[in-house]
Amino acid sequence: MTAVPLQPPRRLIEFTLDGEAVRVPEGATILDACRAAGKDVPTLCQGDTLTPKNACRVCVVEVEGARTLAPACSRRAEPGMAVRTDTERARHSRKVVLELLASSVDLSTTPRAEEWIKEYEAKPERFGAEAARMNEAPKVDNDRYVRDYDKCILCYKCVDACGEQWQNTFAIAVAGRGFDARIAAEQDAALPDSACVYCGNCIEVCPTGALSFKSEFDLRAAGEWDEERQAETTTVCAYCGVGCNLTLHVQDNEIVKVTSPHDNPVTHGNLCIKGRFGYQHVQNRD
Amino acid sequence: MDLKYSPTARPTDEERAAVDDLLGPPESGWDGGDGRDGDTLRWARGGRAARDRRDLLLPGLHALNDRIGWLSPGALDYLCRRLTVPPAEAYGVATFYSLFSVAPRPATVLRVCTDLACAAKGSAEVCAGLERELGPAGTPSEGAVWQPSPCLGLCERAPAALAVRAGTPAPATAVVAPATPGTAAAAARAPQDAAPEPYAEEAVPQAGSPGLVLLRQVGTVDPASLDDYRAHGGYAALRRAFALGPAGVIREVTEAGLVGRGGAAFPTGRKWDATARQPDHPHYLICNADESEPGTFKDRVLMEGDPYALVEAMTIAGYATGAHHGYLYLRGEYPRALARIQYAIDQARARGLLGDDVLGQGYAFDIEIRRGAGAYICGEETAIFNSIEGQRGEPRSKPPFPVEKGLFGKPTAVNNVETLVNVLSILERGAAAYAATGTEGSTGTKLFCVSGAVARPGIYELPFGVTLGGLLETAGGCTGTPRAVLLGGTAGGFVRPDELDIPLTFEGTRAAGTTLGSGVVMVLDETVDLPRILLRIAEFFRDESCGQCVPCRVGTVRQEEALLRIKDRTGAAAADDIALLREVGRAMRDASICGLGQTAWNAVESAIDRLGVYQ
Ligand SMILES: Cc1cc2nc3c(=O)[nH]c(=O)nc-3n(C[C@H](O)[C@H](O)[C@H](O)COP(=O)(O)O)c2cc1C
Ligand code: SF4
Ligand code: SF4
Ligand code: SF4
Ligand code: FES
Ligand code: FES
Repeated sequence: MTAVPLQPPRRLIEFTLDGEAVRVPEGATILDACRAAGKDVPTLCQGDTLTPKNACRVCVVEVEGARTLAPACSRRAEPGMAVRTDTERARHSRKVVLELLASSVDLSTTPRAEEWIKEYEAKPERFGAEAARMNEAPKVDNDRYVRDYDKCILCYKCVDACGEQWQNTFAIAVAGRGFDARIAAEQDAALPDSACVYCGNCIEVCPTGALSFKSEFDLRAAGEWDEERQAETTTVCAYCGVGCNLTLHVQDNEIVKVTSPHDNPVTHGNLCIKGRFGYQHVQNRD
Repeated sequence: MDLKYSPTARPTDEERAAVDDLLGPPESGWDGGDGRDGDTLRWARGGRAARDRRDLLLPGLHALNDRIGWLSPGALDYLCRRLTVPPAEAYGVATFYSLFSVAPRPATVLRVCTDLACAAKGSAEVCAGLERELGPAGTPSEGAVWQPSPCLGLCERAPAALAVRAGTPAPATAVVAPATPGTAAAAARAPQDAAPEPYAEEAVPQAGSPGLVLLRQVGTVDPASLDDYRAHGGYAALRRAFALGPAGVIREVTEAGLVGRGGAAFPTGRKWDATARQPDHPHYLICNADESEPGTFKDRVLMEGDPYALVEAMTIAGYATGAHHGYLYLRGEYPRALARIQYAIDQARARGLLGDDVLGQGYAFDIEIRRGAGAYICGEETAIFNSIEGQRGEPRSKPPFPVEKGLFGKPTAVNNVETLVNVLSILERGAAAYAATGTEGSTGTKLFCVSGAVARPGIYELPFGVTLGGLLETAGGCTGTPRAVLLGGTAGGFVRPDELDIPLTFEGTRAAGTTLGSGVVMVLDETVDLPRILLRIAEFFRDESCGQCVPCRVGTVRQEEALLRIKDRTGAAAADDIALLREVGRAMRDASICGLGQTAWNAVESAIDRLGVYQ
């Protein structure tokens, strides 16, 4: 969040986390408290720059006295509550959520998915070879970025970033219902026919790699994408006076994607088309 | 907003007229009119004022669907221009509801219920017959298309079908129940010529008997006549409410021990008190008449049989909670209830019983009907808010609770139809007299939706505490050899025929490890193929999941797949899949956002554990 000075200090809330007393500022979530205490709770739909939609449910924890589990990413800490992050019950739900996702969606580019699947002993294959999947072909309809919804976990982050939380463009929304729900522009149109302005702010928040730069998509398809070989350089966008931060990801002396630091107090990782995609001139060597 | 409308998709004149009849003509090119010139050239219209009308999106979609039968790209684009709604969002809303189609289809759509009560009474034969008459489901033929449907709320007359033909000035509808292939096909070909529906009271075998409270006027008072309603004591409760004042009404309702009849059994007095106390204004009242729980049809019968009672009860609830605007969220598949309630509201308004000065008491209250569009989830209290606001009908996460931040972010009380109608007798007779009926934990009477293999299916009103066996006896007993009774609907659970001594109270069913839910009591006899019934339940939840959270969106699919695998298996051959069902079901119950996912596995679990299916 934007650092605003001169706010009155926030009240501290005290509650028990896995049996230990912890104190967090008022308004903090259980996840904030977990992270402050060095506990690793898996998250997918939570985003550091977005209001939690708490849709994926991989972060659930047990709140004493509650009928159901609570999403750590959005449930605010309340004084006196007793939270357990690692009970059999919470671990069971996390495991099943990972199984349900991994059996329906391609998680190969979701950071940490593989690690969590191991940690929770999830067995997505037990639903059988016939288990229904997203079954979407990548949508390659423009030169800038690709929408590979076979990897989409429907976390709503791109929709929120494109709409009221950041970009205010509203080019995409969730269409359909239930298992048939998909992220789509109106009439499922190609991006060039939609309201999209190619700010790429949806790519910035996508937790699965479903949205990726065309350059990344092509390199991956060719088997040449290699983060080990990449350097990241954070610089200032030269186009206008706002001065957004750009992080250039460079592989083999070519810019392969552009991100923006989420902790920038002005832009929170958001850019416009010029900063996000307007780097070709840098690579123009003739 | 970077609104980008379609440069090519144009509405037809008919589509434009459908929208303009609802919204009035456009002011200028800024909101879909012809061109921008003169005064309107330089100043952008729209902005916040236009966005404030977002809640007209769903009525706009209905207006188009009612008149044209489907939502063309040009029609959607025009509606978006009129309301300044981003086209991607409108598309997301339009594709959320099963009554709408964004693909062309014939003007007449016949929906054939294939849900539990109808399946037990031969819906498969109706479908097979329709295939012969009209071709396969989903393929247009003779200007109509038929498709299977979840429960239509007509279970007492199973098997049921509903035909709707889009057109002007209003769509023609035909309710066919009980349906045969012949009557259903005829209704699809000419819905306007279908035989009229039986009177609402035909669904109430006890109609006219003494001792009825909620149903006492059904069949004895003319549902169209406000004078008749008043001549039978109508509006005495509202007068009493004005005499007591809002706090007095809440006190009576609390002391009467009234708890919600929509399924969650929450104390109504506490809900009203919490709403009334909120400093934020305005407050809203919503009557939840979405009634889509398979096997439930009590709210339909109340609204069709005694519409003024609901109008009066909503006025009282609004007065008590400090609301001046009430919404009645009505299931989209209830054409007769819509007509009756709309007429009753109009009459009440014309006679000063709604409006700026109700009964000359200086209290302003009015009621607006909002139609659902085929989405069970929109009966969930926070999904209703999103649906009315013109968003996708996805539940919100709680907290914040509706009494604090509900419709349009304002304090809102949501109550079921039956809950509200109870308030009339509480005020007429006083809390003590009301609470004298029933048990300590469940006061008053309850409406039961009895269907399936019973001699006289219908709505029954009995004091809380009657046993399951007692209720079935009142309904004329079972036909055939009973195999199972479903209590509380698909979100409820099965009990065995040897458990007929379960007392039908909130506490009694809870103690027996089951639930009253919305009052469904569906009897299945031995001819019913239980694994198939369970598969139908799983299919229902898979279809109706809003898709927001993973445990429910994918879990309901995996459960359906497992139930399909074991539909002909028993014992060890089914054991692995039953273990899988349990594991997935447990995560759905624990980790889903809302009641749909949390309860989706209840009925199947009870069938495995209590009935021993697959053994
Ligand atoms: C999936 C789902 C569907 C629901 N459908 C209905 C409904 O159709 N009608 C209803 O009154 N309550 C329904 N409810 C319950 C409502 O959320 C809410 O509890 C109720 O309307 C409150 O009214 P009451 O206190 O008068 O019962 C549903 C709940 C869920 C989770
Ligand atoms: S690139 Fe920007 S405008 Fe386009 S869909 Fe993504 S967030 Fe929306
Ligand atoms: S595309 Fe990415 S950000 Fe958008 S819903 Fe799917 S996973 Fe989330
Ligand atoms: S439980 Fe099901 S219906 Fe409820 S929010 Fe989750 S996906 Fe939607
Ligand atoms: S990270 Fe908390 S619900 Fe997705
Ligand atoms: S109308 Fe068919 S099951 Fe209810």
